[in-house]
Amino acid sequence: MTVALDINNLHVNIGENRILKGIDLTVREGEIHALMGPNGSGKSTLAYSLAGHPNYEPVAGNVTYDGVNLLDLEADERSRLGLFLAFQYPVAVPGVTVAKFLRQAINARRKALNPEDAGMPIPQFRRLLREKMDALGIDQKFAGRYLNEGFSGGEKKRAEILQMAILQPKIAIMDETDSGLDIDALRIVAEGAVHLHDTNNMGVLVITHYQRILNYVQPDRVHIMLDGRIVESGGPELALHLEENGYDWLREKYGAAEVA
Amino acid sequence: MAELLPFTRASVIQLSSSLNEPEWMLALRLNAWEIYASLPVPTTRDEAWRRTDIRRFKLDSFGISLNGTGASSVEVPNHLGAQLTDDAAGGVLVEVDGVVKEYTLSDELRAQGVIFCDMHTAVREHGDLVRKNFMTEAVRPDEGKFAALHGAFWRGGVFLYVPRGVKASAPLHSALWALHGRTFTHTLVVLDANSEATFMDEYASPAKGEGQALHNGAIELIVRDGASLHYASLQDFGSNVWQFNHECGRVGKDGKLDWITSVMGTRLTKAFQTSQLDAPGAWARMSGIFFTNGRQHVDLDTQQNHNAADTTSDLLYKGALRDQSRSVWQGMIKALPDSQRIDGFQANRNLMLDRTARADSIPGLEIQADDVRCTHASTVGKLDEEEIFYLMSRGIPRNDAVRMVIQGFFDPVMQRIPFEGVRNRIFGRILEKIG
Repeated sequence: MTVALDINNLHVNIGENRILKGIDLTVREGEIHALMGPNGSGKSTLAYSLAGHPNYEPVAGNVTYDGVNLLDLEADERSRLGLFLAFQYPVAVPGVTVAKFLRQAINARRKALNPEDAGMPIPQFRRLLREKMDALGIDQKFAGRYLNEGFSGGEKKRAEILQMAILQPKIAIMDETDSGLDIDALRIVAEGAVHLHDTNNMGVLVITHYQRILNYVQPDRVHIMLDGRIVESGGPELALHLEENGYDWLREKYGAAEVA
Repeated sequence: MAELLPFTRASVIQLSSSLNEPEWMLALRLNAWEIYASLPVPTTRDEAWRRTDIRRFKLDSFGISLNGTGASSVEVPNHLGAQLTDDAAGGVLVEVDGVVKEYTLSDELRAQGVIFCDMHTAVREHGDLVRKNFMTEAVRPDEGKFAALHGAFWRGGVFLYVPRGVKASAPLHSALWALHGRTFTHTLVVLDANSEATFMDEYASPAKGEGQALHNGAIELIVRDGASLHYASLQDFGSNVWQFNHECGRVGKDGKLDWITSVMGTRLTKAFQTSQLDAPGAWARMSGIFFTNGRQHVDLDTQQNHNAADTTSDLLYKGALRDQSRSVWQGMIKALPDSQRIDGFQANRNLMLDRTARADSIPGLEIQADDVRCTHASTVGKLDEEEIFYLMSRGIPRNDAVRMVIQGFFDPVMQRIPFEGVRNRIFGRILEKIG
C-alpha cells in the first residue's frame, strides 16, 4: 500500500503568532511536489512542524502519515516511520563525527524494529557509507569530521542528502536544499534526491524559490503558499509562471500584505 | 580496625619509624609538620579558597593508622588495574589505603632501568633519587596547609623513574583504592633527560562510603630536558570523600608534558595544578574533564608558569554539571619579564545540565613580557536544544541524542587521551552520571 503524508487544515503557532493558517496537502510515495512562495509565507514552518520541532505548536487540524497521527509523535518517531527533513540550515553538532552520527541513526531504526538488535556490523556500515559517499562525490575524510561543524554551505547540503541516501525515507521534505549551492553542487544534490525517487519510490516535497532545482527534480504538482495558506496548486507550468511573473499578482489576487 | 593516631608531631615520628624510614625523610616530614602547625585552616577569606568553603569538613576528626588495613584480604574492584591501554601494561601497581596489593613490572622495563614501585620501597631502595626530587622542586610543603599535611603524613603512592635516553617500552598503570577514608598518597614521576613514558594513575574508593573521608594527595611530575611524559590521573572517589591535592609538573628544556586530569568523584575536590615551564622549548598541555552531580563541589586551581622564553602551554578543561553541583575553575598564566616569545592558551568550558548547578570560570593572565601570544576563553552554556532536535530528526531517541551531545562536548579533550580503554572508562562513568 502506498504511504501518504496527509495534511488537513493544519494551523501552527510559534509562540503567540499564528504562522500556518489551514494547510491542506497530500504527498504520496512516488510523487514529487514543489512548494513555493515568498519569504515569510510559512514554508519552513510547515517543514519544521512536520518534522516535529518543539517550538512549532500545532493548534488545529491534523497530519497523518501512513494513517498514523503524526502530531502525537516525537521527532525521532516520525523519522523512524520514514519521514525525512533535509534542513535549510543543518545544525552543527560539535564532537560528534558524521560516521558516528549516521551509525547511531541506523542503529536507532534497527533497535526500534527489534529491541534485541546489536546494531549494524561495523564493516557493513563502512561499506554502506563509502558507497553512498562515492555516489554523492563526497570525500571519505568527511566521515571523520564533526557533523556540520565548519562545513561550507555546499558540504552541509551534501551531508543532508547523504543522510537521506543512508536512511532511505519514504517521504522527504527538502527545505531550500538548493539555496547557497553552485550549479554543479546543485546538480549532484538534486540527482541524489531523484535517484532515491526513482529507485525507492520516495515521495518528495521540494521547498524552493527557484525553478532551477525543479529542472532536475521535476514536480508532478506545484503549490504556492502565501501568508500561511496554500493559495494556488497546479502542474509544473505554475513554477514557470512564477519564475517569469514573481509573486505580485498573487498578492493582488489574494489581498495579502506586502512581505519584505 | 587499626588504631587512629591524631595529627601531632609524635604521630609523625611514629609513622616514620613504623615505615623504617631514613633520617632525611623523617626530617622532611617534621619540617612539613612545623609548617602545618603554623598555618591556619584556609577559609573563604583566602583568595585561593574564596569559592570553596570547607567549614563542614572536620579535619580534626581525621588521623592516621600505622599498620594499614590488611590489604591482602581486601577485594579491589575488578575494573581497577584492569588493562586500559592498547598494549599490555609494562607495570601495574594496585594499592589499598597506601599498602601494596598487586605489583608487576615487566622484565623488559627492568632491563631498561625503569624504576616503578610503591613510594615506600622507593624511599628505601632508591633513596638518593627520591631525596633529590621528593617535595623539593615540584610540590613543596610550604604551598599551603594541605601540602604541609601531606608532607607530614604522606603514605603510599607510586614512584616512576625513567633513566636518561630510555623510551619506556610499555605504559605504566597504578590504581590506588581508598577503603577506610584516609589516604595521603604521593605520586612522584621523574623522567630523566631525553626519556619517554606513559603513565595512567587511578584513584578510587567505594561509591558510597560512610561518614566523611579524606584524600590528601600530591602529584609531582618532573620532566627533564628533552624528555616526554604522557600522564593521566583518573579520579573516581566515592561521594563522601573530601579531596585536597597539590599537583605540579616541571618541564625542562625541550621537554614535553601531556597531562590529563579526570575528576568524577568526591564530595569536594580542591586541587592546585601547576605546570612550570623552566627552560626554552618546554611544552605542557593540560587537559581536564570533570562531571559533577548531586551536591558535589569541584574547585580546580590551575597555573601555567612560563619561567623561560620560548615556552608553550595549552590548557583545556571541560566540565558538565548536574543537580546542585558546583564547579570552580581558576586559571592563571604567568610569564616572567624575560619570558619572551611564549604561547600560553587556556580555555574552560562548562555545560550546565540543570539550572540548579553552578559553574564559576575565572581565567587570568599575569604577563610581564611583551612578545607573547596568550589567549583565554571561558564559557558556561546549556545543552543546545537545536542540536538535540537535529539528532532526533534522524530517528535517534531523545535520551541517546542528549548523550551524544554531551559526549561530543567532551570529545576534543577525550581525543587527547591516547588509549581507547581509558576513554571508554571515563565515558562510561559519565554515562552513569547522566543516568
